[in-house]
Amino acid sequence: MNDQISGGAQPCLSPQPHGVTLWNLFTGFVLVGLFGFGGIAAALFHVAVERRKWITSDEYTSCLALGQVLPGASLMNMTTIVADRFQGIKGVVLALIGLFTFPLLILLGLIATYDHYAYLPDVQNATNAAAAAAVGLTFGTGLKLAKVIIKSKTSLAFTVLAFVSIGLLKLPLLQTILVLTALAIWVGYKEDKS
Amino acid sequence: MNFDLLWSIAQTFATTALVSVGGISTMIPEIHRQAVEIYGWMTDAQFASSFAISQVAPGPNVLLMSLVGWRVAGFAGMMVATLSTIIPTSIICLVAARLENQLTHAKWYSVTRKSLPPLIVGLIFSSGVVTARAAVQDAVGVLIVMGVGIYFFLTKSNPLVSIFASIVVGVVAGRLGLL
Repeated sequence: MNDQISGGAQPCLSPQPHGVTLWNLFTGFVLVGLFGFGGIAAALFHVAVERRKWITSDEYTSCLALGQVLPGASLMNMTTIVADRFQGIKGVVLALIGLFTFPLLILLGLIATYDHYAYLPDVQNATNAAAAAAVGLTFGTGLKLAKVIIKSKTSLAFTVLAFVSIGLLKLPLLQTILVLTALAIWVGYKEDKS
Repeated sequence: MNFDLLWSIAQTFATTALVSVGGISTMIPEIHRQAVEIYGWMTDAQFASSFAISQVAPGPNVLLMSLVGWRVAGFAGMMVATLSTIIPTSIICLVAARLENQLTHAKWYSVTRKSLPPLIVGLIFSSGVVTARAAVQDAVGVLIVMGVGIYFFLTKSNPLVSIFASIVVGVVAGRLGLL
């Protein structure tokens, strides 16, 4: 889960990377996949910053911020940014293969086990509880981010607008996001001028 | 192999990923809307159990999309859902990251980066509400959602701790006849 979205605009990685080999990237992302429970944000920090020292913790934070404002999964974007920096497109492909291979195999094993035992009340209760916990984690993450990001009436208004239109009214994401993004950027410009 | 079905899966996941800012959790309401309400690929209960299993498995949150693909069209569906979620957006990200040095001087770029985060927060809460509607059926579920939400907000604990503690609560509550 994500912890930081910052508004600062500096390039997220310093221009002169030190050498990280393809093999080092691949094995690193295999570890990230295996260590990542409830998403890989913490595991990526552990491997890329603490163990392998590919990037600094500041670079991690600003890369994550960039990954979050770009479309798609923020941590996939971050994987792309980090792997591209050291080994280009080849590195990105190998990093993604390393990241997904083992988790997908484990997932298939879990589904087979679940389907086999889903009739047991204990398994049903455990699954319902895990799903409820995951919902709680989503709200907890939302609250953590809200505390950092909602600093003005404008930002609160946009949070509420997005929540009401997608969460409550269930409007289609594509059209809603296009309209709300345009509106948010227009308001951002106006506030910037005044 | 049903190529029409695979093509619908690819379109649904790629389009949704391309308009989701703020990560996988902001994709969830739209994927739920498409898979359960529009296409009828799966029931609310199947969506909820997929959500639970994807949270217990190690790996990226994208695994939820892999699992929905698996439920809809087996192994091919899983691969198509996973790849269409990550490839188009990774390409955009690659271009953006390489241009970033020039972008940081552009006004529109810094305005955009400041303007989007409040929308992301709204989308994450939306994801919470949509998954709660699909996954929470009883008072124990409501208590788990509130307990985990508050605990995770106030601490820096690992998400897995909350998930396993909740599983214990759920199983014990069931054995005690509370469910």
